Amino acid sequence: MSGASVTAEPPVKGAPPGGPEPGAWRKYALTAGFLAPAVLFLGIWIVYPTIRTIYRSFFDRSGDSFVWFDNYAEIFTSDILFTAVKNNAIWILVVPAFVTAIGLIFAVLTERVSWAVAFKTAVFMPMAISAFAAGITWRIVYIEEPERGALNAGIASFRDAFSPPGVLPDAAPSTENIEGTPDAGLTLAEPVQPGETVQLGLTRISTDEIPEGAVQAVAPEPVEGGIAGVVWRDFRPGGGEPGQLEQEELGLPGVTVQLRTEQGETVQEAATEANGTFVFEDVEAGQYQVAIGAQTFAAPFGGVTWLGERLVTPAILIAYIWIWAGFSMVVIAAGLAAIPRDVLEAARTDGATEWQVFRRVTVPLLGPVLTVVFITMLINVLKVFDIVIALAPGSVQDDATVLALSMWRTAFAGANNFGVGSAIAVFIFVLVIPVLLLNIRRFRREV
Amino acid sequence: MATEAVGVSPRAVGARDTVAAKILRVLGKAPVNFLLIAVGLLWLVPTLGLLLTSLLAPTDFQERGWWQIFSAPSKLTFQNYEAVFDNDPIMESLLTTSLIAVFGTLLPIFVGALAGYAFAWLEFPGRDWLFVVVIALLVVPLQMALIPMFQLYNTLGIFDTVLSLVLFHTAFGLPFAIFLLRNFFIGIPKDLMEAARIDGASEIRIFLRLILPLGLPAIASLGIFQFLWTWNDLLVALTFGRETQPITVAIFSQLRQFGANVDLIAPATFISLVIPLAVFFAFQRFFVQGLLAGSVK
Repeated sequence: MSGASVTAEPPVKGAPPGGPEPGAWRKYALTAGFLAPAVLFLGIWIVYPTIRTIYRSFFDRSGDSFVWFDNYAEIFTSDILFTAVKNNAIWILVVPAFVTAIGLIFAVLTERVSWAVAFKTAVFMPMAISAFAAGITWRIVYIEEPERGALNAGIASFRDAFSPPGVLPDAAPSTENIEGTPDAGLTLAEPVQPGETVQLGLTRISTDEIPEGAVQAVAPEPVEGGIAGVVWRDFRPGGGEPGQLEQEELGLPGVTVQLRTEQGETVQEAATEANGTFVFEDVEAGQYQVAIGAQTFAAPFGGVTWLGERLVTPAILIAYIWIWAGFSMVVIAAGLAAIPRDVLEAARTDGATEWQVFRRVTVPLLGPVLTVVFITMLINVLKVFDIVIALAPGSVQDDATVLALSMWRTAFAGANNFGVGSAIAVFIFVLVIPVLLLNIRRFRREV
Repeated sequence: MATEAVGVSPRAVGARDTVAAKILRVLGKAPVNFLLIAVGLLWLVPTLGLLLTSLLAPTDFQERGWWQIFSAPSKLTFQNYEAVFDNDPIMESLLTTSLIAVFGTLLPIFVGALAGYAFAWLEFPGRDWLFVVVIALLVVPLQMALIPMFQLYNTLGIFDTVLSLVLFHTAFGLPFAIFLLRNFFIGIPKDLMEAARIDGASEIRIFLRLILPLGLPAIASLGIFQFLWTWNDLLVALTFGRETQPITVAIFSQLRQFGANVDLIAPATFISLVIPLAVFFAFQRFFVQGLLAGSVK
């Protein structure tokens, strides 16, 4: 937009030296005709309501009695409204800085690849989507069950790679001769010696939790100099006798069984076969304990509750940064393109490293552009509404609320309190006034 | 070896350096390329997720996320879309939104162009002052207008109509429209204007025949912005259009049972995305220009 950088031209026809030239009134009428529609719209829809809202904010809910600053006090004393203030403070601290930084990083990096346009399009695309639709889009990303929510699915696959879930997450001992908790591993109460056999019965294993390939459990044969045993599902259709290995009761393959000394030190580990049997061979004489390792009972990853009370604001912030990073990147990239190449080359010739060039030349030269992005984001963040209402489920909207959302909810969604609603609107307005003054100063300097 | 090195001509050394440098350069860029590919894909995942979710039968989506389509492409189905196209309220909402967006774009462009021309090329007392007011109005949060306009619309009897929404969007689009167009018009060469005036063209004629055609790039940027704003708006629609139900309000009313209504919400949201996305891709250049004019200046 090169035309925009031209400073304001003086009026085309210089002001007449003497009194009003004949036909001057005609010229003014013409000018008025050009301006009237805009003045009408701005006057009725923006100027009048602004004054009216300020006025209304000093009256109570019904609008009859003048209450001074009570409505403003309400913003800081009501729990929900104050949550909005606090949340908006978080938004202000996090979003402009992150969006500017991410945009800067993307803009600098895209200068180094040949397919910058494709990258920029991908990152910029969310800008065209409504914040409301983006909220719905991210609601699908944040679904809690790892089977359905993409983010938790990603976390689950990472987690499973490092600590796989146990084969029997919900199982419990079938009789009281097995002690311990699933977290520490289940231990057979009676100590055992080489040559003996053990039976570890487990229950609370639903049909779809039975490990694949399980077959009829088999009572273990004693092994000389070793300890043999079986881990089985101590349950058969119809019930069965707890502690008795019966027909139709299945062995549990893939269970890690540990042989521990009486001090609790694990000396051997074995995995069970399809029929549930396992053997510890070449065991030295002595008293031992047999235990099922805790890893067998490790619960699978249940998913992070992104849209719960605690994480909902960070979750919305991420989605919001996803929308606006493209804006920041494109504006900063344009600023970057305007930096003369020879300035950067000169710095490089003088022996500056890439980092020094970036830190000492690029960033200072980009200063004004970075400021503009930062301020634009500041205003946007003060007015943020759509994405919060779309992304925060109704139950946590009180925890995720921001000023614009609480203004709307106070004035229109049920509460219908125009007094406090007006006060919140004015509060938002007051917060943007510094930016308003900055804009005016910038224009004045330009003229 | 030493003799060989001596025998190598300077040009050959140069060539070998270039090859080595090329390899180094490619290797050096590999991490950046890799990082950007990863980030770019990451950026597309949420939107892709919405699209694929909208193409899954609800029973399938209850079991596993949208990525199941990659292992079982046969699960792709348009049944959700068929249901949405048969859903009259949703279709009406789309029509309502189209109306609001089209008129909410044309009106501020026209009104803004008139005012922009006056600010750029007509001389009148208090011109700069008035323009400062426009700049000030640029950042007034529309929350300031919701309550009084709610009351005024009720008094006038136009509450909850397409008209009330169009007028509201027009007013709040105007400061930016005037600002952008005035700045663009002012850059139109003075000679052209003088020539037209000497030829006896009236101001109205100059505006229609000279300014509007020359200002087309700026008008295009503005139009795209305004169209996306009005199409994507939720706050104004929720306040003044509860029964008029633009598409965002229609989808919003389904959100209470998000889990149960995903088969309606996902395709409806995607349909509501397609039009702004198409506008964006078709006019990306103007969009970026408008963005730069609006923010850098």
